[in-house]
Amino acid sequence: MDDRAAIELDGVHKEFVVHGETVQAVRPLDLAIGKGEFFSLLGPSGCGKTTTMRMIAGFEEPTGGTVYLDGRDVTNVSPNKRDVNMVFQSYALFPHLSTYQNVAFGLERKKVAKAEIRRRVGEMLEIVSLTGMEKRSPREMSGGQQQRVALARALVNGPRALLLDEPLGALDLKLRQQMQTELKRIQREVGITFVYVTHDQGEALTMSDRIAVMQAGRIEQLGSPREIYEKPATRFVAGFIGTSNLLDGPAGSVDDGIAVLTYGPGERVLVPVPDGVRPGDPLEVSVRPEKIDLGRDEPATAGGSVLTGVVTDVVYHGTSTNYTVKTAAGADLVVFDQNAYSAEDLAEPGDRVFLTWSAQHSYPIGVR
Amino acid sequence: MTGRRMLYAYTWLVIAWLTLPVLIMIAFGFNDTPGRYNQSWDGFTLKWYGRVFELDELTRALVTSLAVATVTMLVAGALGTGIGYALGRYRFRGSGTVNLVMFAAISSPELVMGASLLTLFVSLGVGPGVVTITIAHVMFCISFVAVVVRARVLTLDRSLEEAAADLGANPWTTFWRVTFPIILPAVSSGMLLAFALSIDDFVVTNFTAGTTTTFPLWIWGSTRVGLPPQVNVMGTLIFLVGVAIAVTTSIRSRPARRR
Ligand SMILES: Nc1ncnc2c1ncn2[C@@H]1O[C@H](COP(=O)(O)OP(=O)(O)OP(=O)(O)O)[C@@H](O)[C@H]1O
Ligand SMILES: [Mg+2]
Repeated sequence: MDDRAAIELDGVHKEFVVHGETVQAVRPLDLAIGKGEFFSLLGPSGCGKTTTMRMIAGFEEPTGGTVYLDGRDVTNVSPNKRDVNMVFQSYALFPHLSTYQNVAFGLERKKVAKAEIRRRVGEMLEIVSLTGMEKRSPREMSGGQQQRVALARALVNGPRALLLDEPLGALDLKLRQQMQTELKRIQREVGITFVYVTHDQGEALTMSDRIAVMQAGRIEQLGSPREIYEKPATRFVAGFIGTSNLLDGPAGSVDDGIAVLTYGPGERVLVPVPDGVRPGDPLEVSVRPEKIDLGRDEPATAGGSVLTGVVTDVVYHGTSTNYTVKTAAGADLVVFDQNAYSAEDLAEPGDRVFLTWSAQHSYPIGVR
Repeated sequence: MTGRRMLYAYTWLVIAWLTLPVLIMIAFGFNDTPGRYNQSWDGFTLKWYGRVFELDELTRALVTSLAVATVTMLVAGALGTGIGYALGRYRFRGSGTVNLVMFAAISSPELVMGASLLTLFVSLGVGPGVVTITIAHVMFCISFVAVVVRARVLTLDRSLEEAAADLGANPWTTFWRVTFPIILPAVSSGMLLAFALSIDDFVVTNFTAGTTTTFPLWIWGSTRVGLPPQVNVMGTLIFLVGVAIAVTTSIRSRPARRR
C-alpha cells in the first residue's frame, strides 16, 4: 500500500477550445509522484504547468486520462472532495476573514471540534512563524506574511499533497530566497508531498527531489536536479536549465565508450557515449560553462577536450567572471571562472585562448 | 492658483445647487405658519415635530410607502443579487439577452413602463393596490440591484471561490461564507438604491396604485390645496436617515489603513 504513489497521472491531457481553435494545453502525461516527495514542474510560460496542477486539484477536468490520488481514481471527483490543497499564486486569502479564520476555514468545513481547531491552527501558525498575527486581516500583512498564511491555510488540513503554483512569484529576490529555505524546512517538518510549479530554474534546482521540465504541454525530461543539470536529455532542457554550451559534429573514433569529435589539428572534444554509437554518427555535446578551464598557454597534457578560440567578451559577476570565446570549431562557448581562485582576469577580449575540460564533463544530448 | 480658486467656486456652487432645495424643505419644517399655506416665513417653532403624525391620511400614506419600499428592497435585493451574480460569474444560454433586458429596463422611460404595467395588470384582471405597486417597484428595482452586483462580481477574484472549494467547502457554503460576505457592500448599495427608488417613486406608482395613496402621491394630491408642514418634517426625517446610511457606508467601505 505504502509504495503507492501519492499522485499518479495516467495519459492525462487537456485541450481548450479558444475562438473555435483547439489549444493543446497539456499533452498526454504519465507521471507518478511519490509520498513525501518535493516535485517541481518547471517550464517556460504557457507550457501547461498550471493546467496540470489544476487537473490534480480538480479545478480543470481532463479531456482524457485518469488522475489517481493514493491509488484512488479521482478524475471525476470535485475539488472540495479531494484530499489535496493548493496554494494559489495570488494567495487567494479571504479578505473578510482574519488570519486565524483563514487558516481555520478548512478544518471548520471538516467539522473538527473547536478546541482541536484552535490547537492545530496555533501549531501551524507557529510553524510558519506567524504567532501573534491571528487577528490581522490579509490586507494588514506584508506579501511574505500573506504567503505564509496561504501556506498555513493549506497545510493545516494535513492534505495528502500540497500543490503550489508559483507561490513565491510575487515576492522580491531577498524574500524569495528566504521563503525557499523556509518552504523546504516546512516540507521536511510536515513530510507532505509538495508539487511545486515554477518557471525559475534556480528555485527548482535548489528545492526539488525531482523535476519535470515541461515544454509545449509535454514533459521533456524528468529527473533529479543533478540529472537534469548534468545530463540534459534534449536541446531544450540544456538551454532552459542554466547556461549550456552545445557542440555538434560526427563522432570520429569511438574507443572504450569515449567518442572523439575532431575539429582541427589538436582540437577535439571527448564525450562518453553509450554502446551502439558508431564512428560517423552525428553527436550533439553539452558542456557546462563552469567545467571548462581557460588559459593562454597551450595545455601540457592534453588528455581531455581541447579547443582554441578568441575571447570576445569578459563580464565580471562578483563570484565569477564569465568569458565568451569564439572557437575555431565554430561555436561560441561560455566559460565561468570562479573568482575565488583568480585574482585577476585570465584573459582579455581579443586574446587567443585554450579551452580544456575532461571527458566526463561532456554530455551527449539525446543519445540513449 | 486661479484654477484652484475656480475649482473651489465651482465645487461650492454645485453643493449649493444640490442642497438648497433640501435646506428650504428643512427650514419650512420649523416654520410657525398659522394656516395650511407654508410658503412664507412666520417665525421659528418646533411644534410640527410634535404634531408630525397628526394627519391620519398622510401618516397612512407614509406607512404604505415605507412598507412598499421595505418589501421592494428585500425582494429586489434577493432576486437582483441572484441575477447579478449569475450574469457576472457565468456565461450561459440567454445571458446576453438578460443583460440587454436589464439595461433596457433601467433606461426605458418610466411613463412607458407605468402605462404598460397598468395595461398588463388590467388585462390580467388584477385590481390595482399595494400589491401591484410592490410588484411594479420590484420589477424596475431588480435591474438596478443586478447591475450593481454584477459589476462587483466581475471584479471578484475567481480563485477565492476556488480556494474555498479547495478547502472542502461545497458550492452552497462557498457562496455564503466567501462570495456573499465579499459582495455584501455591493448588495447593500443595490438594496439601498432600491429602497430610495421605491419610496419616492411617483410615475410608475401613479399608474399602478388604484385608490391606494403613497407618500409621493399624497403630496402630489395636496399641492393644490397647500402642503402642511408635516410633509417637510417627514421629508427632513427621511433625508436624515438617508444621510446617516450614506455616512456609515462610506466610513465602513473606506479601506483599512495599514498599521
Ligand atoms: N481557461 C483556459 N482557456 C483557454 N486556454 C487556456 C486556459 N487556461 C490555459 N490555457 C492555455 O493553455 C496553455 C497552458 O497554460 P498554463 O496556464 O497551464 O501555462 P503555465 O505553464 O502555467 O504558464 P505560466 O508560467 O505563464 O503560468 C496556454 O497556451 C494557455 O493559453
Ligand atoms: Mg501558470
